[in-house]
Amino acid sequence: MTWNWDVAKDFLPELGRGLLITLEATALGSILAFALGLVWAMAFRSPTRFVRWPVAAVVEFIRNTPLLVQLFFFYYVLPTWDIKFSALTTGVIALGLHYSTYTAEVYRAGIDGVPKGQWEAATALSLSRGRTWTAVILPQAIRRVVPALGNYVIAMLKDSPMLALIGVVDMLQKARAEGASSFQYIEPYTMVGIAFIVIAYPASLLMRALERRLGH
Amino acid sequence: MTAGLWQNWLLPGVWITIQLTLFSAVFAAAVAFGIGIARTSRLWIVRFLTGFYVEIFRGTSALVLMFWLFFVMPLAFGYQLVSMWAAVLALGLTYGAYGSEIVRGAIASVAPAQREAAIALSFTPAQRMRRVILPQAIPEMIPPFNNLLIELLKATALVSAVSVADITFAAQLSRLATGDSLEIYAIILVLYFVLAFVLTRLMRLLERRAKAGIGQAPVKSDKGPLVTRKLSARQESEQSSNIITGGAQ
Repeated sequence: MTWNWDVAKDFLPELGRGLLITLEATALGSILAFALGLVWAMAFRSPTRFVRWPVAAVVEFIRNTPLLVQLFFFYYVLPTWDIKFSALTTGVIALGLHYSTYTAEVYRAGIDGVPKGQWEAATALSLSRGRTWTAVILPQAIRRVVPALGNYVIAMLKDSPMLALIGVVDMLQKARAEGASSFQYIEPYTMVGIAFIVIAYPASLLMRALERRLGH
Repeated sequence: MTAGLWQNWLLPGVWITIQLTLFSAVFAAAVAFGIGIARTSRLWIVRFLTGFYVEIFRGTSALVLMFWLFFVMPLAFGYQLVSMWAAVLALGLTYGAYGSEIVRGAIASVAPAQREAAIALSFTPAQRMRRVILPQAIPEMIPPFNNLLIELLKATALVSAVSVADITFAAQLSRLATGDSLEIYAIILVLYFVLAFVLTRLMRLLERRAKAGIGQAPVKSDKGPLVTRKLSARQESEQSSNIITGGAQ
Protein backbone atom coordinates (compact mmCIF):
# COMPACT_ATOMS: atom_id res chain seq x y z
CA MET A 1 0.00 0.00 0.00
CA THR A 2 1.48 3.33 -1.03
CA TRP A 3 -0.85 5.92 0.40
CA ASN A 4 0.44 9.39 -0.40
CA TRP A 5 -0.78 12.09 1.98
CA ASP A 6 0.24 14.89 -0.39
CA VAL A 7 -2.00 13.52 -3.13
CA ALA A 8 -4.80 13.10 -0.62
CA LYS A 9 -4.38 16.69 0.56
CA ASP A 10 -4.37 18.01 -3.00
CA PHE A 11 -7.51 16.06 -3.85
CA LEU A 12 -9.44 17.24 -0.80
CA PRO A 13 -10.76 20.54 -2.29
CA GLU A 14 -11.77 18.68 -5.46
CA LEU A 15 -13.58 16.13 -3.31
CA GLY A 16 -15.40 18.95 -1.54
CA ARG A 17 -16.58 20.48 -4.83
CA GLY A 18 -17.66 17.05 -6.06
CA LEU A 19 -19.49 16.45 -2.80
CA LEU A 20 -21.53 19.62 -3.31
CA ILE A 21 -22.68 18.34 -6.73
CA THR A 22 -23.42 14.90 -5.26
CA LEU A 23 -25.52 16.48 -2.52
CA GLU A 24 -27.24 18.79 -4.99
CA ALA A 25 -28.20 15.87 -7.25
CA THR A 26 -29.45 13.90 -4.25
CA ALA A 27 -31.49 16.81 -2.87
CA LEU A 28 -33.11 17.72 -6.20
CA GLY A 29 -33.68 14.04 -7.01
CA SER A 30 -35.36 13.58 -3.63
CA ILE A 31 -37.72 16.50 -4.16
CA LEU A 32 -38.73 15.12 -7.55
CA ALA A 33 -39.09 11.58 -6.15
CA PHE A 34 -41.24 12.79 -3.24
CA ALA A 35 -43.55 14.81 -5.49
CA LEU A 36 -43.91 12.26 -8.30
CA GLY A 37 -44.27 9.38 -5.85
CA LEU A 38 -47.22 11.14 -4.26
CA VAL A 39 -48.79 11.56 -7.69
CA TRP A 40 -48.38 7.83 -8.43
CA ALA A 41 -49.73 6.85 -5.02
CA MET A 42 -52.83 8.99 -5.47
CA ALA A 43 -53.30 7.67 -9.02
CA PHE A 44 -53.28 4.11 -7.60
CA ARG A 45 -56.35 5.13 -5.61
CA SER A 46 -58.13 6.60 -8.60
CA PRO A 47 -61.71 5.37 -9.04
CA THR A 48 -61.19 4.59 -12.73
CA ARG A 49 -59.03 1.70 -13.82
CA PHE A 50 -58.02 3.62 -16.95
CA VAL A 51 -55.84 5.69 -14.64
CA ARG A 52 -54.86 2.94 -12.21
CA TRP A 53 -53.67 0.33 -14.67
CA PRO A 54 -51.43 2.39 -16.96
CA VAL A 55 -49.83 4.08 -13.94
CA ALA A 56 -49.25 0.71 -12.26
CA ALA A 57 -47.71 -0.67 -15.46
CA VAL A 58 -45.36 2.29 -15.90
CA VAL A 59 -44.33 2.29 -12.24
CA GLU A 60 -43.73 -1.47 -12.32
CA PHE A 61 -41.61 -1.14 -15.44
CA ILE A 62 -39.47 1.70 -14.13
CA ARG A 63 -38.96 -0.05 -10.82
CA ASN A 64 -37.71 -3.26 -12.38
CA THR A 65 -35.23 -1.86 -14.85
CA PRO A 66 -31.79 -0.48 -14.00
CA LEU A 67 -31.41 3.18 -13.11
CA LEU A 68 -28.19 3.29 -15.12
CA VAL A 69 -29.93 2.28 -18.35
CA GLN A 70 -32.71 4.79 -17.68
CA LEU A 71 -30.04 7.41 -17.18
CA PHE A 72 -28.48 6.59 -20.56
CA PHE A 73 -31.94 6.49 -22.11
CA PHE A 74 -32.72 10.04 -21.01
CA TYR A 75 -29.24 11.30 -21.77
CA TYR A 76 -29.07 9.96 -25.33
CA VAL A 77 -32.72 9.81 -26.41
CA LEU A 78 -34.08 13.15 -25.17
CA PRO A 79 -31.74 15.22 -27.39
CA THR A 80 -32.98 13.30 -30.45
CA TRP A 81 -36.45 14.63 -29.58
CA ASP A 82 -34.98 18.13 -29.37
CA ILE A 83 -35.30 18.20 -25.60
CA LYS A 84 -31.98 19.44 -24.31
CA PHE A 85 -31.00 19.38 -20.67
CA SER A 86 -27.66 19.59 -18.91
CA ALA A 87 -26.17 16.33 -17.66
CA LEU A 88 -27.05 17.24 -14.08
CA THR A 89 -30.69 17.96 -14.95
CA THR A 90 -30.94 14.72 -16.88
CA GLY A 91 -29.43 12.88 -13.96
CA VAL A 92 -31.82 14.46 -11.49
CA ILE A 93 -34.80 13.56 -13.71
CA ALA A 94 -33.69 9.93 -14.02
CA LEU A 95 -32.88 9.64 -10.31
CA GLY A 96 -36.14 11.30 -9.25
CA LEU A 97 -38.28 9.30 -11.65
CA HIS A 98 -36.66 5.99 -10.67
CA TYR A 99 -37.02 6.58 -6.95
CA SER A 100 -40.54 7.99 -7.28
CA THR A 101 -41.63 4.42 -8.03
CA TYR A 102 -40.28 3.40 -4.63
CA THR A 103 -41.65 6.36 -2.71
CA ALA A 104 -45.04 5.66 -4.33
CA GLU A 105 -45.04 2.35 -2.48
CA VAL A 106 -44.18 4.12 0.77
CA TYR A 107 -46.96 6.67 0.34
CA ARG A 108 -49.37 3.88 -0.54
CA ALA A 109 -48.59 2.09 2.70
CA GLY A 110 -49.07 5.38 4.57
CA ILE A 111 -52.38 6.10 2.86
CA ASP A 112 -53.62 2.55 3.45
CA GLY A 113 -52.69 3.02 7.11
CA VAL A 114 -55.12 5.89 7.57
CA PRO A 115 -58.23 4.41 9.27
CA LYS A 116 -61.22 3.91 7.02
CA GLY A 117 -63.32 5.99 9.44
CA GLN A 118 -61.37 9.07 8.38
CA TRP A 119 -62.51 8.64 4.78
CA GLU A 120 -66.07 8.09 5.93
CA ALA A 121 -65.95 11.11 8.22
CA ALA A 122 -64.75 13.25 5.31
CA THR A 123 -67.64 11.96 3.22
CA ALA A 124 -70.08 12.61 6.07
CA LEU A 125 -68.82 16.20 6.29
CA SER A 126 -69.32 16.36 2.51
CA LEU A 127 -65.77 17.48 1.92
CA SER A 128 -64.73 17.60 -1.71
CA ARG A 129 -62.29 14.99 -3.01
CA GLY A 130 -59.48 17.55 -3.06
CA ARG A 131 -60.16 18.68 0.51
CA THR A 132 -60.38 15.07 1.70
CA TRP A 133 -56.90 14.40 0.37
CA THR A 134 -55.23 17.65 1.46
CA ALA A 135 -56.93 18.25 4.79
CA VAL A 136 -57.65 14.75 6.12
CA ILE A 137 -55.74 11.91 4.50
CA LEU A 138 -52.33 13.24 3.47
CA PRO A 139 -51.47 15.01 6.75
CA GLN A 140 -52.01 11.73 8.57
CA ALA A 141 -50.35 9.56 5.95
CA ILE A 142 -47.20 11.58 5.33
CA ARG A 143 -46.19 12.02 8.97
CA ARG A 144 -45.92 8.27 9.32
CA VAL A 145 -43.84 7.69 6.22
CA VAL A 146 -41.17 10.34 6.77
CA PRO A 147 -38.52 7.87 8.06
CA ALA A 148 -39.15 5.50 5.14
CA LEU A 149 -38.79 8.39 2.71
CA GLY A 150 -35.56 9.35 4.46
CA ASN A 151 -34.18 5.87 3.81
CA TYR A 152 -34.69 6.43 0.10
CA VAL A 153 -32.81 9.72 0.28
CA ILE A 154 -29.85 7.71 1.59
CA ALA A 155 -30.34 5.17 -1.18
CA MET A 156 -30.39 7.98 -3.74
CA LEU A 157 -27.18 9.40 -2.28
CA LYS A 158 -25.54 6.02 -2.81
CA ASP A 159 -26.86 5.72 -6.37
CA SER A 160 -25.89 9.26 -7.37
CA PRO A 161 -22.31 8.27 -8.44
CA MET A 162 -23.95 6.73 -11.53
CA LEU A 163 -24.47 10.31 -12.72
CA ALA A 164 -20.70 10.49 -13.22
CA LEU A 165 -21.13 8.05 -16.10
CA ILE A 166 -23.04 10.68 -18.09
CA GLY A 167 -20.49 13.31 -17.15
CA VAL A 168 -21.93 14.99 -14.05
CA VAL A 169 -18.95 16.33 -12.12
CA ASP A 170 -19.75 14.71 -8.79
CA MET A 171 -17.34 13.07 -6.35
CA LEU A 172 -16.82 9.96 -8.45
CA GLN A 173 -16.24 11.98 -11.60
CA LYS A 174 -13.65 14.09 -9.78
CA ALA A 175 -11.89 10.89 -8.73
CA ARG A 176 -12.03 9.51 -12.27
CA ALA A 177 -10.62 12.74 -13.68
CA GLU A 178 -7.82 12.72 -11.13
CA GLY A 179 -7.01 9.11 -11.97
CA ALA A 180 -7.07 9.76 -15.69
CA SER A 181 -4.76 12.79 -15.55
CA SER A 182 -2.21 11.86 -12.90
CA PHE A 183 -2.64 8.07 -12.50
CA GLN A 184 -3.32 8.67 -8.83
CA TYR A 185 -6.07 6.14 -8.25
CA ILE A 186 -5.58 4.97 -4.69
CA GLU A 187 -6.22 8.18 -2.78
CA PRO A 188 -9.15 9.68 -4.78
CA TYR A 189 -11.24 6.51 -4.98
CA THR A 190 -10.60 5.59 -1.37
CA MET A 191 -11.51 9.08 -0.20
CA VAL A 192 -14.75 9.02 -2.22
CA GLY A 193 -15.68 5.68 -0.66
CA ILE A 194 -14.95 6.99 2.83
CA ALA A 195 -16.93 10.17 2.13
CA PHE A 196 -20.02 8.09 1.34
CA ILE A 197 -19.71 6.10 4.54
CA VAL A 198 -19.13 9.26 6.57
CA ILE A 199 -22.38 10.78 5.24
CA ALA A 200 -24.56 7.70 4.88
CA TYR A 201 -23.88 6.10 8.26
CA PRO A 202 -24.91 9.03 10.52
CA ALA A 203 -27.87 9.63 8.19
CA SER A 204 -29.09 6.07 8.62
CA LEU A 205 -28.65 6.36 12.41
CA LEU A 206 -30.78 9.51 12.26
CA MET A 207 -33.48 7.69 10.31
CA ARG A 208 -33.54 4.86 12.85
CA ALA A 209 -33.96 7.38 15.65
CA LEU A 210 -36.79 9.06 13.70
CA GLU A 211 -38.51 5.72 13.18
CA ARG A 212 -38.42 5.06 16.90
CA ARG A 213 -39.69 8.57 17.66
CA LEU A 214 -42.60 8.35 15.25
CA GLY A 215 -43.61 5.03 16.74
CA HIS A 216 -42.81 2.39 14.17
CA MET B 1 -30.31 -2.11 -35.68
CA THR B 2 -28.28 -4.53 -37.76
CA ALA B 3 -28.19 -8.26 -37.30
CA GLY B 4 -24.48 -8.37 -36.51
CA LEU B 5 -24.91 -6.26 -33.40
CA TRP B 6 -27.55 -8.62 -32.10
CA GLN B 7 -25.54 -11.76 -32.62
CA ASN B 8 -22.14 -10.46 -31.69
CA TRP B 9 -22.91 -8.11 -28.81
CA LEU B 10 -26.43 -8.07 -27.44
CA LEU B 11 -27.06 -11.80 -27.11
CA PRO B 12 -23.64 -12.50 -25.54
CA GLY B 13 -24.35 -9.44 -23.38
CA VAL B 14 -27.56 -11.01 -22.11
CA TRP B 15 -25.62 -14.16 -21.30
CA ILE B 16 -22.94 -12.17 -19.43
CA THR B 17 -25.65 -10.38 -17.44
CA ILE B 18 -27.27 -13.69 -16.51
CA GLN B 19 -23.91 -15.14 -15.47
CA LEU B 20 -23.05 -12.04 -13.45
CA THR B 21 -26.39 -12.18 -11.68
CA LEU B 22 -26.05 -15.87 -10.86
CA PHE B 23 -22.43 -15.71 -9.65
CA SER B 24 -23.01 -12.55 -7.62
CA ALA B 25 -26.19 -14.03 -6.14
CA VAL B 26 -24.39 -17.20 -5.04
CA PHE B 27 -21.53 -15.17 -3.57
CA ALA B 28 -23.92 -12.71 -1.93
CA ALA B 29 -25.97 -15.57 -0.46
CA ALA B 30 -22.81 -17.10 1.05
CA VAL B 31 -21.85 -13.72 2.53
CA ALA B 32 -25.42 -13.11 3.73
CA PHE B 33 -25.67 -16.42 5.58
CA GLY B 34 -22.14 -16.22 6.95
CA ILE B 35 -22.50 -12.68 8.25
CA GLY B 36 -26.17 -13.00 9.20
CA ILE B 37 -25.56 -16.08 11.35
CA ALA B 38 -22.36 -14.65 12.81
CA ARG B 39 -24.30 -11.58 13.97
CA THR B 40 -26.28 -13.82 16.32
CA SER B 41 -23.01 -15.00 17.90
CA ARG B 42 -22.53 -14.95 21.66
CA LEU B 43 -19.09 -13.35 21.32
CA TRP B 44 -19.31 -9.56 21.23
CA ILE B 45 -16.20 -9.26 19.06
CA VAL B 46 -17.80 -11.39 16.34
CA ARG B 47 -21.01 -9.36 16.53
CA PHE B 48 -19.03 -6.12 16.44
CA LEU B 49 -16.87 -7.06 13.45
CA THR B 50 -19.77 -8.39 11.39
CA GLY B 51 -21.85 -5.34 12.29
CA PHE B 52 -18.94 -3.16 11.18
CA TYR B 53 -18.77 -5.03 7.87
CA VAL B 54 -22.49 -4.52 7.24
CA GLU B 55 -22.37 -0.80 7.98
CA ILE B 56 -19.31 -0.27 5.76
CA PHE B 57 -20.65 -2.11 2.75
CA ARG B 58 -24.17 -0.74 3.09
CA GLY B 59 -22.78 2.73 3.62
CA THR B 60 -20.79 3.03 0.45
CA SER B 61 -21.96 3.02 -3.13
CA ALA B 62 -21.73 -0.20 -5.16
CA LEU B 63 -20.34 1.72 -8.12
CA VAL B 64 -17.63 3.37 -6.02
CA LEU B 65 -16.72 -0.01 -4.54
CA MET B 66 -16.48 -1.45 -8.05
CA PHE B 67 -14.16 1.33 -9.16
CA TRP B 68 -12.13 0.85 -6.03
CA LEU B 69 -11.70 -2.88 -6.61
CA PHE B 70 -10.96 -2.28 -10.27
CA PHE B 71 -8.49 0.61 -10.04
CA VAL B 72 -7.14 0.74 -6.49
CA MET B 73 -6.63 -2.93 -5.70
CA PRO B 74 -4.11 -3.55 -8.49
CA LEU B 75 -2.07 -0.50 -7.43
CA ALA B 76 -2.35 -0.97 -3.70
CA PHE B 77 -1.89 -4.73 -3.45
CA GLY B 78 -0.41 -5.53 -6.86
CA TYR B 79 -3.27 -7.90 -7.52
CA GLN B 80 -5.37 -7.49 -10.64
CA LEU B 81 -8.69 -9.30 -10.78
CA VAL B 82 -10.26 -10.09 -14.14
CA SER B 83 -12.85 -7.33 -14.52
CA MET B 84 -15.76 -9.80 -14.44
CA TRP B 85 -14.63 -11.16 -11.07
CA ALA B 86 -13.95 -7.72 -9.66
CA ALA B 87 -17.56 -6.95 -10.54
CA VAL B 88 -18.85 -10.17 -8.95
CA LEU B 89 -16.81 -9.42 -5.83
CA ALA B 90 -18.16 -5.86 -5.55
CA LEU B 91 -21.78 -6.90 -6.11
CA GLY B 92 -21.52 -9.94 -3.85
CA LEU B 93 -19.96 -7.99 -0.97
CA THR B 94 -22.50 -5.15 -1.23
CA TYR B 95 -25.63 -7.23 -1.65
CA GLY B 96 -24.35 -9.82 0.81
CA ALA B 97 -24.32 -7.05 3.42
CA TYR B 98 -27.95 -6.21 2.65
CA GLY B 99 -28.84 -9.92 2.59
CA SER B 100 -27.27 -10.54 5.98
CA GLU B 101 -29.89 -8.25 7.52
CA ILE B 102 -32.61 -10.39 5.93
CA VAL B 103 -31.01 -13.54 7.34
CA ARG B 104 -30.69 -11.94 10.77
CA GLY B 105 -34.30 -10.74 10.72
CA ALA B 106 -35.63 -14.13 9.68
CA ILE B 107 -33.60 -15.93 12.36
CA ALA B 108 -34.83 -13.46 14.97
CA SER B 109 -38.42 -14.07 13.90
CA VAL B 110 -38.35 -17.82 14.59
CA ALA B 111 -40.54 -18.42 17.64
CA PRO B 112 -38.40 -18.39 20.84
CA ALA B 113 -40.12 -21.55 22.04
CA GLN B 114 -38.51 -23.42 19.14
CA ARG B 115 -35.07 -22.37 20.34
CA GLU B 116 -35.93 -23.27 23.92
CA ALA B 117 -37.27 -26.66 22.88
CA ALA B 118 -34.04 -27.36 21.03
CA ILE B 119 -32.04 -26.37 24.12
CA ALA B 120 -34.25 -28.60 26.26
CA LEU B 121 -33.48 -31.50 23.91
CA SER B 122 -29.78 -30.65 24.48
CA PHE B 123 -29.01 -29.90 20.84
CA THR B 124 -25.63 -28.28 20.31
CA PRO B 125 -25.80 -24.67 19.02
CA ALA B 126 -24.79 -25.90 15.55
CA GLN B 127 -27.49 -28.59 15.52
CA ARG B 128 -30.00 -26.05 16.78
CA MET B 129 -29.20 -23.70 13.92
CA ARG B 130 -29.08 -26.39 11.24
CA ARG B 131 -32.01 -28.55 12.26
CA VAL B 132 -34.45 -26.19 13.98
CA ILE B 133 -33.86 -22.50 13.30
CA LEU B 134 -32.75 -22.35 9.65
CA PRO B 135 -35.40 -24.71 8.22
CA GLN B 136 -38.04 -22.38 9.65
CA ALA B 137 -36.22 -19.16 8.87
CA ILE B 138 -35.37 -19.87 5.22
CA PRO B 139 -38.93 -19.81 3.81
CA GLU B 140 -39.38 -16.39 5.44
CA MET B 141 -36.25 -15.10 3.74
CA ILE B 142 -37.36 -15.90 0.21
CA PRO B 143 -39.72 -12.94 -0.48
CA PRO B 144 -37.22 -10.29 0.69
CA PHE B 145 -34.44 -12.18 -1.09
CA ASN B 146 -36.53 -11.91 -4.24
CA ASN B 147 -36.52 -8.12 -3.93
CA LEU B 148 -32.79 -8.14 -3.31
CA LEU B 149 -32.20 -10.37 -6.32
CA ILE B 150 -34.00 -7.89 -8.57
CA GLU B 151 -31.86 -5.10 -7.09
CA LEU B 152 -28.80 -7.22 -7.83
CA LEU B 153 -29.92 -7.84 -11.41
CA LYS B 154 -30.33 -4.10 -11.92
CA ALA B 155 -26.99 -3.37 -10.28
CA THR B 156 -25.22 -5.65 -12.78
CA ALA B 157 -25.70 -2.81 -15.28
CA LEU B 158 -22.97 -0.97 -13.33
CA VAL B 159 -20.33 -3.41 -14.55
CA SER B 160 -20.50 -1.81 -17.99
CA ALA B 161 -18.59 1.07 -16.36
CA VAL B 162 -15.57 -1.19 -15.81
CA SER B 163 -15.79 -2.58 -19.36
CA VAL B 164 -17.49 -5.90 -18.72
CA ALA B 165 -19.43 -6.68 -21.91
CA ASP B 166 -22.91 -7.06 -20.38
CA ILE B 167 -26.19 -5.91 -21.99
CA THR B 168 -25.67 -2.29 -21.01
CA PHE B 169 -22.16 -2.29 -22.43
CA ALA B 170 -23.47 -3.87 -25.65
CA ALA B 171 -26.11 -1.14 -25.80
CA GLN B 172 -23.44 1.54 -25.52
CA LEU B 173 -21.47 -0.02 -28.37
CA SER B 174 -24.59 -0.38 -30.51
CA ARG B 175 -25.47 3.24 -29.90
CA LEU B 176 -22.03 4.36 -30.99
CA ALA B 177 -22.22 2.14 -34.07
CA THR B 178 -25.73 2.95 -35.26
CA GLY B 179 -26.92 6.05 -33.39
CA ASP B 180 -30.37 4.51 -32.83
CA SER B 181 -30.48 5.47 -29.16
CA LEU B 182 -34.22 5.13 -28.71
CA GLU B 183 -34.61 1.64 -30.15
CA ILE B 184 -31.53 0.24 -28.48
CA TYR B 185 -32.27 1.54 -24.99
CA ALA B 186 -35.94 0.60 -25.25
CA ILE B 187 -34.97 -2.96 -26.17
CA ILE B 188 -32.45 -3.13 -23.34
CA LEU B 189 -34.97 -1.90 -20.79
CA VAL B 190 -37.48 -4.52 -21.93
CA LEU B 191 -34.79 -7.22 -21.74
CA TYR B 192 -34.04 -6.27 -18.12
CA PHE B 193 -37.73 -6.26 -17.31
CA VAL B 194 -38.18 -9.74 -18.78
CA LEU B 195 -35.20 -11.02 -16.78
CA ALA B 196 -36.64 -9.49 -13.60
CA PHE B 197 -40.03 -11.05 -14.30
CA VAL B 198 -38.55 -14.51 -14.88
CA LEU B 199 -36.46 -14.25 -11.69
CA THR B 200 -39.52 -13.27 -9.67
CA ARG B 201 -41.57 -16.18 -11.01
CA LEU B 202 -38.76 -18.59 -10.13
CA MET B 203 -38.55 -17.17 -6.62
CA ARG B 204 -42.31 -17.49 -6.14
CA LEU B 205 -42.02 -21.14 -7.14
CA LEU B 206 -39.19 -21.62 -4.68
CA GLU B 207 -41.20 -19.93 -1.95
CA ARG B 208 -44.19 -22.19 -2.48
CA ARG B 209 -42.03 -25.29 -2.30
CA ALA B 210 -40.11 -24.09 0.76
CA LYS B 211 -43.32 -23.24 2.61
CA ALA B 212 -44.90 -26.54 1.63
CA GLY B 213 -41.80 -28.19 3.08
CA ILE B 214 -42.65 -26.86 6.55
CA GLY B 215 -46.41 -27.16 6.08
CA GLN B 216 -47.32 -23.49 5.50
CA ALA B 217 -49.48 -21.97 2.82
CA PRO B 218 -47.76 -19.18 0.88
CA VAL B 219 -48.73 -15.72 2.03
CA LYS B 220 -51.14 -14.13 -0.39
CA SER B 221 -50.19 -10.60 -1.27
CA ASP B 222 -53.59 -9.31 -2.37
CA LYS B 223 -52.51 -5.84 -3.47
CA GLY B 224 -48.83 -6.58 -3.84
CA PRO B 225 -46.97 -5.26 -6.85
CA LEU B 226 -46.57 -7.43 -9.92
CA VAL B 227 -42.87 -8.05 -9.57
CA THR B 228 -41.17 -6.51 -6.62
CA ARG B 229 -40.54 -3.47 -4.53
CA LYS B 230 -37.37 -2.07 -3.14
CA LEU B 231 -36.90 -1.98 0.57
CA SER B 232 -33.92 -1.09 2.66
CA ALA B 233 -32.30 -3.99 4.43
CA ARG B 234 -33.83 -2.87 7.71
CA GLN B 235 -37.28 -2.88 6.23
CA GLU B 236 -36.57 -6.25 4.68
CA SER B 237 -36.02 -7.78 8.08
CA GLU B 238 -39.11 -6.06 9.42
CA GLN B 239 -41.06 -7.37 6.48
CA SER B 240 -40.02 -10.93 7.20
CA SER B 241 -41.07 -10.54 10.82
CA ASN B 242 -44.39 -9.12 9.69
CA ILE B 243 -45.05 -12.28 7.73
CA ILE B 244 -44.73 -14.26 10.94
CA THR B 245 -47.08 -12.04 12.92
CA GLY B 246 -49.52 -11.80 10.05
CA GLY B 247 -48.58 -8.18 9.41
CA ALA B 248 -49.78 -6.99 12.82
CA GLN B 249 -48.05 -3.79 13.80
